[in-house]
Amino acid sequence: MAMAETKTTDSRPAALKQTSLNTATAVEMIGVNKWYGEFHVLRDINLKVSRGEKLVICGPSGSGKSTMIRCINRLEEHQKGQIIVDGTELTNDLKKIDEIRRDVGMVFQHFNLFPHLTILENLTLAPIWVRKMPKKDAEEIGMHYLKRVKIPEQAHKYPGQLSGGQQQRVAIARSLCMSPKIMLFDEPTSALDPEMVKEVLDTMVSLADEGMTMLCVTHEMGFARQVADRVIFMDAGQIVEMNTPNEFFKNPQHERTKLFLSQILH
Amino acid sequence: MTDATTENAPYAFVRRETLEQEPAPLSVAGPLAWIRTNLFSSPLNIILTLLCVWLVIDTVPGMIRFYFLDAVWTGANRDACLADKVGRPVGACWAYIADRTQYFIYGSYPVAERWRVNIVFAMFALGVVWLLWNKMPLKKVGFFFFFVIMPASAFILLLGGERAESFLRFLILVTFALAVLYLVLSFAPGLMKFWIGEGQLAVEEAMPAWQRFYRPKRLILMSLVVFGLLAVLADRIGLPRVDTGLWGGMTVTFLISAVGIVFSLPLGVLLALGRRSKLPAIQLLSVIFIEFVRGVPLITVLFMANTMLPLFVPQEYSPDRLLRPLIGVALFAAAYMAEVVRGGLQAMPKGQYEGAMSLGLGYWQMMRLIILPQALRIVIPGIVNTFIGLFKDTTLVTIVGIFDFLRTIEATLIDPTWATPTTRSTGYAFAAIFYFLCCWGMSRYSIAVEKRLAAGQKR
Amino acid sequence: MSSIPSEQVSPGKASLFYDPKVRGYVYQAALVAIVVFLIWSAASNAIENLRAQKIASGFGFWHNAAGFDINQKLIPFSAAGGSTYGDAFIVGLLNTLLVAGLGIIFATFLGFFVGVARLSNNWVISKLAMIYVEVIRNIPLLLQLFFWYNAVLKPLPNPRQSIALPAGALLNNRGLYLPDPHLGPGGSLIIWAFLIGLVATFIFRSWAHKQQAATGRQYPIGWVALALIVVVPTLIYFVLGRPVTFVYPELAGFNLRGGVQIFPEFVALLIGLTTYTAGFIAEVVRAGILAVSKGQTEAAHALGLRNGPTLKLVVIPQAMRVIIPPLTSNYLNLTKNSSLAVAIGYPDLVQVFTGTVLNQTGQAVEVVAITMAVYLTISLVTSLFMNIYNKRMALVER
Repeated sequence: MAMAETKTTDSRPAALKQTSLNTATAVEMIGVNKWYGEFHVLRDINLKVSRGEKLVICGPSGSGKSTMIRCINRLEEHQKGQIIVDGTELTNDLKKIDEIRRDVGMVFQHFNLFPHLTILENLTLAPIWVRKMPKKDAEEIGMHYLKRVKIPEQAHKYPGQLSGGQQQRVAIARSLCMSPKIMLFDEPTSALDPEMVKEVLDTMVSLADEGMTMLCVTHEMGFARQVADRVIFMDAGQIVEMNTPNEFFKNPQHERTKLFLSQILH
Repeated sequence: MTDATTENAPYAFVRRETLEQEPAPLSVAGPLAWIRTNLFSSPLNIILTLLCVWLVIDTVPGMIRFYFLDAVWTGANRDACLADKVGRPVGACWAYIADRTQYFIYGSYPVAERWRVNIVFAMFALGVVWLLWNKMPLKKVGFFFFFVIMPASAFILLLGGERAESFLRFLILVTFALAVLYLVLSFAPGLMKFWIGEGQLAVEEAMPAWQRFYRPKRLILMSLVVFGLLAVLADRIGLPRVDTGLWGGMTVTFLISAVGIVFSLPLGVLLALGRRSKLPAIQLLSVIFIEFVRGVPLITVLFMANTMLPLFVPQEYSPDRLLRPLIGVALFAAAYMAEVVRGGLQAMPKGQYEGAMSLGLGYWQMMRLIILPQALRIVIPGIVNTFIGLFKDTTLVTIVGIFDFLRTIEATLIDPTWATPTTRSTGYAFAAIFYFLCCWGMSRYSIAVEKRLAAGQKR
Repeated sequence: MSSIPSEQVSPGKASLFYDPKVRGYVYQAALVAIVVFLIWSAASNAIENLRAQKIASGFGFWHNAAGFDINQKLIPFSAAGGSTYGDAFIVGLLNTLLVAGLGIIFATFLGFFVGVARLSNNWVISKLAMIYVEVIRNIPLLLQLFFWYNAVLKPLPNPRQSIALPAGALLNNRGLYLPDPHLGPGGSLIIWAFLIGLVATFIFRSWAHKQQAATGRQYPIGWVALALIVVVPTLIYFVLGRPVTFVYPELAGFNLRGGVQIFPEFVALLIGLTTYTAGFIAEVVRAGILAVSKGQTEAAHALGLRNGPTLKLVVIPQAMRVIIPPLTSNYLNLTKNSSLAVAIGYPDLVQVFTGTVLNQTGQAVEVVAITMAVYLTISLVTSLFMNIYNKRMALVER
């Protein structure tokens, strides 16, 4: 499958406006380096993600792929190089960090839903407190996205009462409620039971179909084939291979990639 | 093996119908079995059981006779409890407790003014139930009541006099000003545009006036009602000043505990946040305070409050004799509370912080909306246990000359009106029952919460 | 690869106002300024007030003669003998350490006993232990001290009607009188034998462990210890012709003479602290044993270990890891609680120093500061050891 068609039909409520990026380049990383103490996690990462692009990042564990995308919304700090998100450079400027976090959604491996709040409260929390939206509007948006991820009937339950797949879909909806310009996925399906992986992937595919800029760390190769514009392979803190999905799977260049693919696909 | 199976083959047996359940043999069920397994399972256990039974038989009937059968329940003075006057062996002298109950509750608080103490007790009870009972609605208003309205009203009611009334006037003025401000803003939300964005403004303006700014209005309304009632009371009945030297008994015990909890919890949260802060100076100061206070006995803190506090402020502001231990107890409890809260903060998974940050919440928003509500809920048992310790520790103010409940008991023991051989054991028994019921009740509550939390793990 | 090879691009700088570092410095500076201001104003007020009240400051009073006596003292102390406030401090400190040390030992034994009793499968025992724990823990220590002192020890008969206890001990409202042992010729040999026995037991134990590791042979450590620590000194006692004599307390006038007098304040405080802390230790022990899952015991049984070795080798080592940190904090609590001595007149550090010395000199700041420093030192040293212990335990875990 080649480039996904970008749908333009928008059924979002009125309160949701600007979602398009200011610049044609969504994320740009220039010579990014990061250390954990003595350990060099990210080594001279250079990457450009353009608007509407879907990027899948894979690689063995410890290769720095999670760290890389966590740098994009400054959950991790980089020590050298530049990261430019939607035209704004990430520095330790608190205001800019706030702006970028507002516009960059993130989905975690372990969902990180807030267990003391109901599903709907989880969804409306950030719109109310960060976007300063009235509660009623926030709830309307929340319900809208709950319908999108097909669990509106769970709105008043607590996260603990939902299955893993449902929780992850809520987590995606929670990010969407902030109408992000870029979505980051950090192994969204690896903590799920096998039978729940599909429902989450389906949600992600439909999100991709709408033209969202997405960076996904995942080992779901089927998803990569179906959705990705480019696949990146990371090893030892470096990007060692980057290609279209077709080329990447059919014709891997690097030794590490071949080994990795042989271990993951059979 | 194969041989064996073929040999046994004729005996192979497959049951065609289910067997009914049969009653268990006496050795595993029934009272006899229970006694055997729980009391006489081995020679050592037999000896221990007999020893314990002997211990119980030796002490319990004597205590029952002393505290109930031979006890004196009514009487006006010591004659009722003296064996040679009554003509029979005399046990506990409950008549003395009955006679002195008022003193135990109010100390020397003037009789005509005790209704004020009763109101404060009622407010305290309301606040406690509001906060601790899971099913009560409007928890946030409850917090405001317990941590703001109740302390202010208690101060005004208990102290009375010029100072309290001027404080009351000030409070009413402030609430009125706030009420007017919100009223104006409700009808002219346009004035708010410095605070809230344009988008929000449009929404506010679309709402009817009485629905705007609904939440703060509730708090202001409650303050107005409570303080207004107080003003009426002060105006109609008058609130003459009652010097703190006259306060005493359970009133003071509860007062110290209440002040302890009201001030130590917020302070403890701040200290805990400070201790986990990344800023070295803030962390260091928090650690110094917490470890210093936890490292010394409460007595020395009380001595310090009593003797050093007056030195640290200009002479004319020398704190009241009751205020000094109150400050000491509050600071002392805050350090312990801080450690409890820190435990809760440490138990929060890192993902909760990351989830909150990835949504763009700032530090204080993250703490207030995500981290603290969960962390505090986990440590409710710890908070209650700290409070039990605090409640028991209030007895120490006796040593710096405050008339708490225990001190009133001691004071009546040297009063010749009720000087009998059994007065002391009666008084101590009464005090023990009082403290036991309070502390035991609280620990039951904390166990119940713990169970609910464990069960609510999968809500 | 479409990337630009970039060498030295460093992350840009934030504007001053939104720089978290700058903000951090501002917050910290503000807090430090407030604290410094508070301390400064407190200090200047204190100087002012002290001058107005004509109270001396500084630690010069340390060497001044103390005009009071203390009944229980471990070092010589008397007003007539020219003892100083500094001596009074040492007397008080030693008394605190004495009651705390004995209290810790007794409370540990009682606490472990009650804690294990609570888990006993004997219904009566576990219920009695539970009642003990619940009652003791939910009544203020001060009330318990009043009870022991005022309701139990004070109503005892006066010395003339002393209650005779076994072994020539006497009990009355002035305290407990024990026979005073005097060592005759060679008597010190018994003590030496006992001490050598202790050391020898430890050496034997480690030798036996090494032997077991090398050859698999097991030695009866318990019996050897009994022989070395108890039997040998007893034998020496008899061989030397019983060189220990006791001076028994006797009535002389209105008081008792001879023997060792243990003051009722001390007894009340020791009983109170022991029983109170034991209630808490019992809970710690119970929680520690419960923390070792039943599967551990079952696994040990399945390997063929009997009950004894299972406890010794599997359950207790794991339980101790859970028990020791809270146990230490209970020891510290006991030490701090010993300051309640002031309420019943036992001459501990607080009673002597923060009480009498403070009243006589009026130098509240210095006296309270010294007292707090003592407790703080004890706490900090203990938690230092705790941290080392915890680190070692954490390493073992990996």
